[in-house]
Amino acid sequence: MSTGLADPSRLATPPTFQSVSTGRKIKNGLATVLVWLAFAVAVVPLVWVLYTVVARGFPSIVDADWWQKSLSGLLGRQQGGGAYHAIVGTLLQGLVCGVISVPIGIFVGIYLVEYGGRSKLARTTTFMVDILTGVPSIVAALFIYALWVTTLGFSRSGFAVALALVLLMIPVIIRTTEEMLKIVPDELREASYALGIPKWKTIMKIVIPTALSGILTGIMLALARVMGETAPVLVLVGYAAYINFNLFDGPMASLPLLMNVERNNPTQAGYDRLWGAAITLVLIITLFNLLATVVSRWLAPKTK
Amino acid sequence: MTDPVVAKRPAGSGNPGAARGVRAAQHPSEAPIPPTPEAVEKTPHVRPGDRIFRGLATGSGVFIVVLIGAIGLFLLLQAIPSLGLDQVNFLLSHEWNTTDPNNLRFGILDLLQVTVFSSAFALLIAMPISLGIALFLTQYAPRRLARPFAYIVDLLAAVPSIVYGLWGIFVLAPLLVPFQSWLNSALGFIPIFGTGNVKIEFGGTIFTAGIVLAVMILPIITAVSREVFERTPTMHVEGAIALGATKWEVIRTTVLPFGKAGYVSASMLGLGRALGETIALTIILNYTNTAFGWSLFDGGSTFASRIALAAAEFNDPRSAGAYIAAGLVLFVLTFVVNAAARSIVAGHKEYE
Repeated sequence: MSTGLADPSRLATPPTFQSVSTGRKIKNGLATVLVWLAFAVAVVPLVWVLYTVVARGFPSIVDADWWQKSLSGLLGRQQGGGAYHAIVGTLLQGLVCGVISVPIGIFVGIYLVEYGGRSKLARTTTFMVDILTGVPSIVAALFIYALWVTTLGFSRSGFAVALALVLLMIPVIIRTTEEMLKIVPDELREASYALGIPKWKTIMKIVIPTALSGILTGIMLALARVMGETAPVLVLVGYAAYINFNLFDGPMASLPLLMNVERNNPTQAGYDRLWGAAITLVLIITLFNLLATVVSRWLAPKTK
Repeated sequence: MTDPVVAKRPAGSGNPGAARGVRAAQHPSEAPIPPTPEAVEKTPHVRPGDRIFRGLATGSGVFIVVLIGAIGLFLLLQAIPSLGLDQVNFLLSHEWNTTDPNNLRFGILDLLQVTVFSSAFALLIAMPISLGIALFLTQYAPRRLARPFAYIVDLLAAVPSIVYGLWGIFVLAPLLVPFQSWLNSALGFIPIFGTGNVKIEFGGTIFTAGIVLAVMILPIITAVSREVFERTPTMHVEGAIALGATKWEVIRTTVLPFGKAGYVSASMLGLGRALGETIALTIILNYTNTAFGWSLFDGGSTFASRIALAAAEFNDPRSAGAYIAAGLVLFVLTFVVNAAARSIVAGHKEYE
C-alpha cells in the first residue's frame, strides 16, 4: 500500500493483500456463532436442572425438622418428618469409603510417579486405572454383591455400599495424586537426597506436603462424586425410614435411596421429600466442592 | 502418558542412594574420596523404611491390577451356574424372565440393543455440541473468562445422575411429548421415528433418555477434547494466521487435524459412560416386555437399568446370577470401549 502512495501508476495492479472473500467471511462468522451456541446449549440444562431442584426442594429444607428428624413411623402421604436418617447414611458411607480409598489411592499414585517408572507393572497399572475409571457403578455394585454378599456370606449393609464406592473413588484419587506428584519439582527431591534423607522420608516429608493441597482437593471432589451415586445403594442396602448408625447391620437410608423410594410416592408429601432430598444432596455436593476450593487455596505451597 | 516425565527424573528409577553406592564401588577411581570399606559393605543395604514404603506403594499398584481381574472373575464365577440353567439362548433371546428360579429364561439381545441404541443416540447429540464447547473454551472464549466457563461445564458432571433422571422424567419429558408426537406423525415412515412399543404420552422413550444422557456425557467429552486442543502447537496456529487464514480456517487447518484422535477418544470415553449409566435411565425409560423395534420412541431397559430395577429382589442366587451375567456383559462392553479409547490416545505421542 505504501508503495502505491509513492508511485500512483502502480495502483492499477491488484493489491498484494486481497480482502477476505465474502464466502470465507460467512463461513468464519457461521463457525463463531455455532461455537458460542454450543456453549449456550450446555449452560441451559445446568441452569434448568439447578433451578428445578431449588424451586421444588427449597420449601422442604427451610423446616428445621428436615435436618433433625427421620421419617420413622410416618405413612407415605403424611406430611412432616425429615431427612436426617438419609443425610447420616450418605455422610457415613462417604466417610468410610474415603477412609479406605484415600490411602490406597495415594499409594498407587506414589507408586506410579516415584517407583514405577517405565516398568511393565507401572504401565499395566496405569492401564487398569483407566479401565477402573470407566467401570459403571452398577458393575462395581454387582462385584461387591458377588464378593461380599454371595461369596463371603455377609448381609447387605451400609458397609457393602462403602466398599462399592471405594471402587469408584480410588481411580479419581490416583489420577489427582499422580498429576500433583508429577508437578512437584525434581530439585526438591534432589535437594533432599543430597542431604542423605531416605527416599520414603523424602516422599512423606517433602513430596507429599508440596502436593497436599492438590491431593486434598481431589479427595473432596471424589467424595462429592461418590456420595451422589445411586446404583450401589440400590443393589447393596435396603431402605430404612428410621435412623441407623450401624454400617454393618440392617437397612440404612441415604439421600439417593430416599429419592428413589419417594419418586414412586404420588402424594404431596412424597413430592416434598423427593425434591427436598434432591436439594439436600446438591447442597452437600456443593459444600464439598467449595471445601475443595478453600482447601486448595489455604494449603497451596507459598511461592515467593 | 506419564512415562516421559518419569523417565527424565533420576528419582524415578529405584533407590538413588543405592544406585550411587553401586557406581562408587565399581569405579572407585572416579570418586573424589576413595570409598571406605564401610561404604562398600553398605552397597546392597536398603533402609527398612524404604523397603516397607516401596512394598506398600508397589503392593497398591498390584492391588489395582488384581482388582480388575477380580471383578471379571467374580462376575464370571457367579454367572456361570445361572447360565447353565438358562432355558433360552443367552445371547440371542429377547426374553427376560427370572421370577421362577427353576425355569430361568433370560437373553440379553433386547438389553444390548437398547443400551447401544440409546448410547449411540446420546453420542450423536453430544459429539457436535461438545466439539463446539471445547473449541469455544480453547479458541473463542475471552482469555479471562475461559477458566470460569470451563468450570461451569465441569459443574454439569457434578450433578448426581439421579437428579438428572428426575429432571428428565418430571420436567423435560412432558415438554418433549408434543415434539416427539409430531416427529412420529410427520416422519413415522422412517423406521427410527416409527411408533414404538411404549406410549409417547408417558414421556419415557429412548428419545427423552438419549437427550438426558447426552447432557450427562457432555462434560466428559468436552474436558478431554479441550485438553488435547490446548496442546495444538503454537507454531502451526501462527503459521496459519501468517498465511492469512480466518479464525475458522486456523481451527480447520491446525486445531482439528491435531486434535482429531483425541476428540474421537474423548467421545468413546463418553460412550463408555453412557453405556453404564444406571439410575437416570432406570427412572426415565418406560419398562416394557415388548421386543425392541429400533425406534427412538421405544421404551425398554438397558443392562444397567434392568439390573437396578431387580436389585432389591435378589433373593435367589440363581436369579441374581442372571443379572450378574448381564452385568458381566456390560463390564466387557465398557472395558472394550474404554480400552479402545485409551489406545487411540496412546498411539499419539504429541498429546503428552
